[in-house]
Amino acid sequence: MIKQFADYMTYSIMKLGQGTALADSVNFFIYDTIKIFLLLFTIIFAVAVLRSYFPPEKTKKILSHKKQFIGNILAALLGIVTPFCSCSAVPLFIGFVEAGVPLGVTFSFLISSPMVNEIALVMLWGLFGWKIALIYAATGVVLAIISGIVIGKLNMEKYVQDYVWEMKVGEMAVANTRFHDKLVYARDYTKDLMKKLWPYVVIGIGLGALVHGYVPTDFVVKYAGPENPFAVLVAVLIGIPLYSNAAGMIPVVQALVGKGMAMGTVLAFMMSVTAISFPEAVILKNVLKMRLIYTFFGIVAVGIIIVGYLFNAIL
Amino acid sequence: MEIMVLGPGCSNCTKLVELAKQAVKELGIEAKIEKVSDMHEIMKYTMSTPGLVVNGKLKHYGKPLPDIAKVKELINSEV
Repeated sequence: MIKQFADYMTYSIMKLGQGTALADSVNFFIYDTIKIFLLLFTIIFAVAVLRSYFPPEKTKKILSHKKQFIGNILAALLGIVTPFCSCSAVPLFIGFVEAGVPLGVTFSFLISSPMVNEIALVMLWGLFGWKIALIYAATGVVLAIISGIVIGKLNMEKYVQDYVWEMKVGEMAVANTRFHDKLVYARDYTKDLMKKLWPYVVIGIGLGALVHGYVPTDFVVKYAGPENPFAVLVAVLIGIPLYSNAAGMIPVVQALVGKGMAMGTVLAFMMSVTAISFPEAVILKNVLKMRLIYTFFGIVAVGIIIVGYLFNAIL
Repeated sequence: MEIMVLGPGCSNCTKLVELAKQAVKELGIEAKIEKVSDMHEIMKYTMSTPGLVVNGKLKHYGKPLPDIAKVKELINSEV
């Protein structure tokens, strides 16, 4: 139905010639904009309702004094549903450590939470189908589990800022909310997020539309195709400064995939966009010494690059 | 009345301070509004910032921010 509407707008209302680059771009833009916004509203709202059942306080209680491995698995899964933004990374980190959540388990949470976020999932699902979205989520969780276990094994507790260990945390209130409150929370959450997100989405779809209509296939295959051994590496590097723009990047990437970009490269790029961020590193400096920050981002980056090559080989 | 806004200083915390100021003005009450960014203090109340504390009681934490009507209601409940 959206397809028919986009066709109608492009060919009947705007009277663009079928098969031209301009018509292709316009058609792509209309179709994708409607589809993505419908998906974003629905999924973000649903995820927000789900998230209201997992406040950080509750997650902390579940994870406290958990053994490695089991703890890492739980933390990576809870990372998906616990609402968390990088500006509260510091109090959250202190809260976890103080409650006896092992360091490696805390990192599993810190990695999975931004990487497997609802926006990335929605966009991947909408533009690449549920299989790719599922592969992305599953790989993200596995990567968070393994990275957390590795950091735990390295015994890096001494690279946490000393004052963190001396913090005393008060008994925190967890408000018991009714279902109606959860819906209000979900509504406000969706409204807040969409307000922030929509320009990126529109710009992203616009750029994607241009790629779709105008960028030649040979060019993309040559640089981002499965034959270029450096594509994954470059994609991860490009992804690092694009933090939090998952919503804007995926339409561009989708258009590139249509022209021959390899799927493993896509997954690695998206993970780099969502999971590795300079602002988060700066914020984490308040609780971690540099050595642990480097280790953290190093392990995650290596993991992402492996994921990229692995999926390029098997997909 | 003592009002504290807890947060390390991100844009949401600044917004919540503004909301608290506006609420106090519209309610026509006397209140001291304090912005708290010291982690030791914040952690006594919550790990989800920004937080709103009225007379020592945590009234709101985390994102999304409450709207002005809700902030007024939260503050008024301690009058």
